[in-house]
Amino acid sequence: MAQNAATIFKQVTPMQYEAPETTKAAVALLAKAKGSTHVLAGGSDLLVRMKGGFIEPDLIVDIKRIKAMREVKKTAAGFSIGAAVPCAALSENKALVKAWPGVVEAANLIGSKQIQGRCTIAGNLCNAGPAADSVPAMVAAGAKAVIQGPKGKRTVAVEAIGIAPGKNSLKKGELVEAILLPARKPKSGDAYLRFIPRTEMDIAVVSCGVNLTIDGKGVVTSARVALGAVAPTVLLADAAARAIIGSKLDDAALDKLGAAASAACRPIDDKRGTIEFRTKVAAVLAKRAAKIAYRRAGGK
Amino acid sequence: MPLDSHFTGQSFKSVGTRPLRPDGLDKVTGRAKYGADHNAPGQLVGRILRSPHAHALIKKIDTSKAEKLAGVKAVITAADLPDLTNGDQGMFDILDNCMARSKVFYDGHAVAAVAAVDARTAREALKLIKVEYEILPHVTEVDEAIKPKAPLLHKTCFTEGVEPKPTKPSNIAKRTEFGHGDVEAGFAEADFIVERNFKTEQTHQGYIEPHACVASVSPDGTGELWVCTQGHFIYRNHCAMLLGMDVSKLRVTSSEIGGGFGGKTHVWGEPVALALSRKANRPVKLIMTRDEVFRASGPTSATSIDVKIGVKTDGTITAGEATLRYSSGPYVGMWAELGAMTAFACYDLKNVKTVGHEVLVNTPKTAAYRAPSAPMAAFAVESVIEELAHKIGMDSVDFRIKNAAKQGTKSSYGPVYGPIGIGPALQAAKDHPHMKAPLGPNQGRGMACGFWFNFGGQTCTDLNVGIDGSVTLTVGTVDVGGSRASIALCVAEELGIPYASVKCLVADTGTLGHNDMTDGSRGTFSSSMAGIFAARNAITVCKERAAKMWEISVDDVTWEDGQAKATGGSHGNLAPLSLKEIAAAAGSTGGPIAGHAEIVADGAGVSFAAHIADVEVDPETGRSKIVRYTAIQDAGKAVHPTYVEGQYQGGAAQGIGWALNEEYVYGKDGRLQNAGFLDYRIPVCSDLPMIDTQILEIPNPNHPYGVRGVGETSIVPPLAAIANAMSNAFGVRMTHVPMSPPRVLKALEAAAKA
Amino acid sequence: MAVLVSTTVNGDTIEFACEPDETLLDALRNRMGLTGAKEGCGTGDCGACSIMLDGRLVCSCLVLGPEAQGREIETVEGMADGPVLHPLQRQFLDHGALQCGICTPGFLIAAKALLDKTPDPSEEEIRFGLAGNLCRCTGYDKIVRAVQDAAKEMRGA
Repeated sequence: MAQNAATIFKQVTPMQYEAPETTKAAVALLAKAKGSTHVLAGGSDLLVRMKGGFIEPDLIVDIKRIKAMREVKKTAAGFSIGAAVPCAALSENKALVKAWPGVVEAANLIGSKQIQGRCTIAGNLCNAGPAADSVPAMVAAGAKAVIQGPKGKRTVAVEAIGIAPGKNSLKKGELVEAILLPARKPKSGDAYLRFIPRTEMDIAVVSCGVNLTIDGKGVVTSARVALGAVAPTVLLADAAARAIIGSKLDDAALDKLGAAASAACRPIDDKRGTIEFRTKVAAVLAKRAAKIAYRRAGGK
Repeated sequence: MPLDSHFTGQSFKSVGTRPLRPDGLDKVTGRAKYGADHNAPGQLVGRILRSPHAHALIKKIDTSKAEKLAGVKAVITAADLPDLTNGDQGMFDILDNCMARSKVFYDGHAVAAVAAVDARTAREALKLIKVEYEILPHVTEVDEAIKPKAPLLHKTCFTEGVEPKPTKPSNIAKRTEFGHGDVEAGFAEADFIVERNFKTEQTHQGYIEPHACVASVSPDGTGELWVCTQGHFIYRNHCAMLLGMDVSKLRVTSSEIGGGFGGKTHVWGEPVALALSRKANRPVKLIMTRDEVFRASGPTSATSIDVKIGVKTDGTITAGEATLRYSSGPYVGMWAELGAMTAFACYDLKNVKTVGHEVLVNTPKTAAYRAPSAPMAAFAVESVIEELAHKIGMDSVDFRIKNAAKQGTKSSYGPVYGPIGIGPALQAAKDHPHMKAPLGPNQGRGMACGFWFNFGGQTCTDLNVGIDGSVTLTVGTVDVGGSRASIALCVAEELGIPYASVKCLVADTGTLGHNDMTDGSRGTFSSSMAGIFAARNAITVCKERAAKMWEISVDDVTWEDGQAKATGGSHGNLAPLSLKEIAAAAGSTGGPIAGHAEIVADGAGVSFAAHIADVEVDPETGRSKIVRYTAIQDAGKAVHPTYVEGQYQGGAAQGIGWALNEEYVYGKDGRLQNAGFLDYRIPVCSDLPMIDTQILEIPNPNHPYGVRGVGETSIVPPLAAIANAMSNAFGVRMTHVPMSPPRVLKALEAAAKA
Repeated sequence: MAVLVSTTVNGDTIEFACEPDETLLDALRNRMGLTGAKEGCGTGDCGACSIMLDGRLVCSCLVLGPEAQGREIETVEGMADGPVLHPLQRQFLDHGALQCGICTPGFLIAAKALLDKTPDPSEEEIRFGLAGNLCRCTGYDKIVRAVQDAAKEMRGA
């Protein structure tokens, strides 16, 4: 029927795939692109959205051919993790695992081993999902994102990237080039825990990252607590951190931490969990994660 | 056909061994061909447009733009699948489910389809089809759907099975009742009565292979269909009827099947693919996406079940009663009926009454799922049984043993039982080391038993002896879990030749007579029975040929250990003739040697199981983990024990998933929220412990070797076993499945407050 | 516009053309005729499409075809050494670690990736290592046992 001369509809223009070898070239492609443009880091989120028909990209810029983005570098300031480094590679970097076990664990809770072979923490951050596993750990760690764009480079705290579910603060032509983790202070530790109904393969129903430093007596001198899946974006819960600073993480401090974590929650009811459940379990996870971080910092 | 008495208590040579399956090598090397692995020359890509609404009138469908898109070769709607069902309501429902007519009844209901040169074009074409809907109020929950003011799915639905006929239409399509005795009198005798309502949510079979087919219809009215199905003969019959084709002109080949569990016993996309092919005059390949699988195929019923059981302090059950409401999607099913039949089937009851209500809702058409309807009924009944045992201070296994059905018991659904395995299964559970093992903190142990009928049905096999004496056995039941190996073992046993000499194949519909599908745990049961009979027929032929070769009377020939032997004093010096020798001479003794059997495999022995579960619950989050699990079940005779164990383990795992996390989640708009494996949470490897099995063998007197079906019963006990474990650990009675963390946490907190 | 891609599959150099938005899974199955990897979900949730890409275990449904340019791919079709099965393949057969078999290619690839990294895994390591592969038939019991025995065999123990 459709093969006659009256055919009036032509096929849509297919997507364009580019794999530049430099950051500059990637930025140039993104800056001049029209239509729906997406950066392909690991692709474990992008391809799912394409499959579901939620997005139909006109251009995909694959950053995995950019050498600098495939490296984990240890610097005087800490670690620089290229935006195209798959999460599985993080667990293979012994120095990184030693310094930031919570971040590495969080990155290796995303999806499956197969997903971890592809997904990146930069992608996890830029997707701006409130339940993204690596993000609360990065926020707690005080990580920063290095952004390259048409106007040059800028560095921002990771918590400034996600602004709403699925929405990030990157401007036209910008991409995250690397994630920076600070150098590890002595007597510090971090941990990340999430609640899922199964043991693997789920999206966090609620999650918590804790990073803290203690003094010689075991008193917490500084702390950051971040919560996932309890608000439109990952939350930095200052009150929760204050609840344990100055304490030896005794039961009273832990209870305060739990209460503050719950109080910070602004969750929704959805297919993955209820407001009530998320609010309650946020407290449980905050306490448990804090204990692990404390132990890792050398506290007893 | 009765159990051959000489097999009772006698050891087999082939049956009971564990050889490799004939399809194994292909499956570990990637060569096995499943539904989506086949291609036809010039094939098009088929895709289906589905309703985004749970309930709506179709006002208009405009396909004109899609038809004009370059590369589109056919667009169809219900008009291309006209109603040829001739008043057959069941077939009309299948047709309407495959392609909606005036109304869509659920999110995902097919409304149109395209065939195009490639996937991109097909996708674009779907976007160009404009459907005008008038959205109607919808209802997805069972208990909501039966309320007087619930939105009606069909204004013409007056509950069947009620006298006098109701004056008002409702969403209760059918009422059925089973039982005997006088339950009111029974309850009056009881010292304790427990009465509760239980709910279970909708689950999906969750086979890993999405539905896939390649359809090819020629202008001369002949057609071919390659498809993953549990029953290609049934698919042929249904497709031919819906498309107005002669059954004999549609040849259906079943691919290797990537899981079915009942979900591939119903046609969905196949008639659509055939209609597309017919219109385009080219082969069409149609593969469902995972999203479509969840939205448009398969799910089991959601249920709401009231159970009431009365008991005396000595542990005698005086009466059992249940009212079972099962959702069947938009079309009437027999799901509540099956629930009502199975609910009390494990017990010997003087007074029992069960009533089933088939409830219509705006969800996909309910499909069979492994022992369909039994797990929910068992969840309700076995939970109350456990509670009653505690009430009278009796060990719950002893309580079950005391009331268990036995040979001669009139079952709650009517028939009188022959030799059955419920008593031995319960005794094995009681004696199992698992029952005595210590429990850790926050752990509880529960058990439950379960029943499934099993099924026989129409079966046809061909057995052909090759020139070298090796044997090809052609069956028509799709192999879902190793049945080719099991059937070959039985035939090897009967012929007295090695398993390696028998090759079992699944034939297409053009090669063999009709076979019912692989459901009701019938694959090995029925095809092995037919295979054994075919082998006996072939032996008869072999004996005749041997008699000819020896020039003696056939009355003087016997068959032993795969060879013909001459008997009688005058033939003592004749060396036996092997099957190989007889086959080699076939050309000069009468031609090819074959055996056939066409049977209705009556007498599938009923099946019982008892499961023991240890569950650990995190009291702060409500998350449960199964830490130990044991499945005990009667196999009649385990033909291939490894594959029998596999059925026990697989059913248990599915039941565990159902018990803990699997459920369809609908939004307020009636749309399915979790149509994918990310949020429809089937158990992953790290969720489960090893699943111990114990095979019992209480021979089925209706099968030559005593075989019973083993595929389904193992999914029946887990829901209740796990609920009972939680109850025993924390004193909370979970009445809503799945027992997901939020529900468990809520129950724990309520218990702590009380 | 189709993209021309040159890649290595199971040691062989292969050139194929695919759409830029086509997945590597579709390219393997429909362009290269390698249908061992299966699409169970298309969203990385079931692992039936597992392959090795430059030595890393990935879901080929989450890789674009053009990304394979210059890379090395291993699929189930390359696991056996000629007529000799890989120990995992044989143990899966011996243990009856498959029923329908649709998940088997993915499990074999994932198990091989696990054992290459962790030659002597605990049961827990096996279970978590294979958590990205869904099996609906077996309850995983026989799969875990097959991997345990293959590991033992591969260690020469």
